[in-house]
Amino acid sequence: MQTQYISGSAIILEVLWRFWPVWVALAIVMGASFLYKKKLALYGQLFDSGVGMAGVFICLFWLFTAIFASTISPFDPLGQIPIMKDTLPGAIEPQSGLVYLFGGDKLARDVFSRMVYGSQIVLIIAPAATGFALMVGITLGLPAGYYGGKIDSILSFLANLVLAFPVILLFYLLVTPGIMDTPIPYALAGVFFLFPIIFFCVLFWTRFKNRPDRIYILLGLTLIIGGWIYIGLVFDRDPLKIVHIDPNQLNIFVAVVFASSPGVFRIVRGLTMDIKTRDYVAAAQTRGESPWYIMLWEILPNARGPLIVDACLRIGYTTILLGTLGYFGLGLAPESPDWGTAIKDASRLLRSFIHPALPPTIALMSFVLGLNLLADSLREQSMKD
Amino acid sequence: MFSFIARRIGTILLTMLCLTLVVFFLVNLEPNLKKLAISQTEMHTSAEQLESWLVNHGYRQNFFVRYGQWLGIVPKQPITDPATGKTTQRFSFCNDPAVPTLSGVIEGDFGCSTKFKTTVAAKLFPALGATGILMLCVLGVMVPVSLLVGILAGMREGSRTDRALSVASIASTATPEYVSGVIFTVIFASWLGWLNGSAASASQGITFYNFTLPVITLAIYGIGYIARMTRASMVEVMTQQYIRTARLKGLSFGSVVVKHALRNALIAPFTVIMLQFPWLLTGVVIVEVMFRYQGFGYTLVEAAGNNDIDLLLGCSLVSVFIVLITQLISDVGYAFLNPRIRVQ
Repeated sequence: MQTQYISGSAIILEVLWRFWPVWVALAIVMGASFLYKKKLALYGQLFDSGVGMAGVFICLFWLFTAIFASTISPFDPLGQIPIMKDTLPGAIEPQSGLVYLFGGDKLARDVFSRMVYGSQIVLIIAPAATGFALMVGITLGLPAGYYGGKIDSILSFLANLVLAFPVILLFYLLVTPGIMDTPIPYALAGVFFLFPIIFFCVLFWTRFKNRPDRIYILLGLTLIIGGWIYIGLVFDRDPLKIVHIDPNQLNIFVAVVFASSPGVFRIVRGLTMDIKTRDYVAAAQTRGESPWYIMLWEILPNARGPLIVDACLRIGYTTILLGTLGYFGLGLAPESPDWGTAIKDASRLLRSFIHPALPPTIALMSFVLGLNLLADSLREQSMKD
Repeated sequence: MFSFIARRIGTILLTMLCLTLVVFFLVNLEPNLKKLAISQTEMHTSAEQLESWLVNHGYRQNFFVRYGQWLGIVPKQPITDPATGKTTQRFSFCNDPAVPTLSGVIEGDFGCSTKFKTTVAAKLFPALGATGILMLCVLGVMVPVSLLVGILAGMREGSRTDRALSVASIASTATPEYVSGVIFTVIFASWLGWLNGSAASASQGITFYNFTLPVITLAIYGIGYIARMTRASMVEVMTQQYIRTARLKGLSFGSVVVKHALRNALIAPFTVIMLQFPWLLTGVVIVEVMFRYQGFGYTLVEAAGNNDIDLLLGCSLVSVFIVLITQLISDVGYAFLNPRIRVQ
């Protein structure tokens, strides 16, 4: 049977129509933000420049795409319909009458649905891994910059050690199927995932230690929520079965946190060394505040500007790292719809078919571009103050 | 200055020692050794035969003894037949000693590649040469282009040229090699047919036809970053008093930029370019795999994929060395270029 195709302009219209939940959500959020931008502090200032708006728009676009993925995509990202193998964009699937908007790949899966579902993987792992890297970097960078001396030398040496590794070599060593049989990924996860709990405990303790009514509630909440997520992630023994992560996803997660936390460490250390010479830190020292109170409640809030910018850039960089992992076929399942894996599969067949390669490349590029634009305009806005 | 460099070299050696120890630990994990034994023996070997292969080839000795052997402070042992007591070479294809000898990295012996059936040196150094050529071409494109873009953008801050070039640089930093490689191949190889989508033939002879795509793919990711740093440095210099003085005494804008601003604005980009090398190393791996160019990155991927212990250690040693030495050069060079900063 001859495959039926729809025309090029029909493809564009259909794609735009498919994204309708995203447009609705974008219109609401962007409209509301624009109206109330005066009251939204730093976030509101983003709407003063075209670059900032473009950045917010692209990031929100992919965020909503990830949220509404099941509504947007017409097909199952892993489902194969043999008749649609290697079809060009716009081919109509005879059974359901739906269209393979961006064509089919060599395993007869819908390229459009895979691109949409790929955003879910990226938007879960990249920000979460960046968050953990921030926690690790901040918790180690603050004392290194504040105390200096031996602690600083040892931690800096370790950070430089990791930074001297070419990322790709690190991934080849840390993300292999063989390493899953050893306790290394779990040990690393156990160490890294402890940092957020320590961070929040110290954060609350230093501030509220003389107020028993608040401190016990806050510490208890931190320990219960943190411990629950910790057990779910590291041991995969969540009693409620909500927090769950596949062993291979845990492995890439750990590798990405490992690769990017030394960078955060260096930035936090530098900022701390700069800020600790300010007068308000001297004032706090004279008041007799404890060193950790000064680090967490005096220095850290004043370092937030550069850290937010760095976090934006770092999410983009982590997205690139995830793509690299997918491109080399490390860690992620071979049929996983993430963009890196899709680019790898498609780039091998570029001579015969180019259409499966373009959607994931453009998706990845646009998302990272959005984050970079966001970071750039945040930097500009925070410099104005 | 001299003691500074000596201390830095000491740190570099210590870092290399620690890193190779970590790599050595990771490649010698039990699953990896199993994989190596399976790939090195005939098909369908039993578990005992695999084990005896590992024992025979010395992979079951103490971890630190083996690291010492690789390093060259503990003698390497040949295979000893338990029945006759006769000794044979461990790997016949790379002149392993038949008597216990000190032969490790310190003695200049990088060991034996089990995947390519030759010495590591024979495999690694030609590959490094090939990558060196690629790197030179990349730097030849990347440095002039990015400096030009950065200077043009930073010359008049906030102008239309500045905005357009800045957005273009941000876009280029958002395009990793595997993305730009695919896009360039689609445009130049599949649609226009101007260039070759594979650089496999470049090992025989480099031509514009087969070498352009890998070079621009690798260059584009770095250009954006260096250009942005150059722009920032240029913007800062252009607000200085001496630039205003030069303008006020009647010099033309062009000659102020070329004669007064450029020299000071190019100090910061120098550091940035040197610090780009670690990124270039990762990029090299992606680009060489994508365009099938037989260089260092390709060797690294093959070594890692087959758990070729000695070759992988050689690769890590080389890459770590490159990263650290470029850091040293950037620090020392910065002090030379900028007289305000001198190391005590």
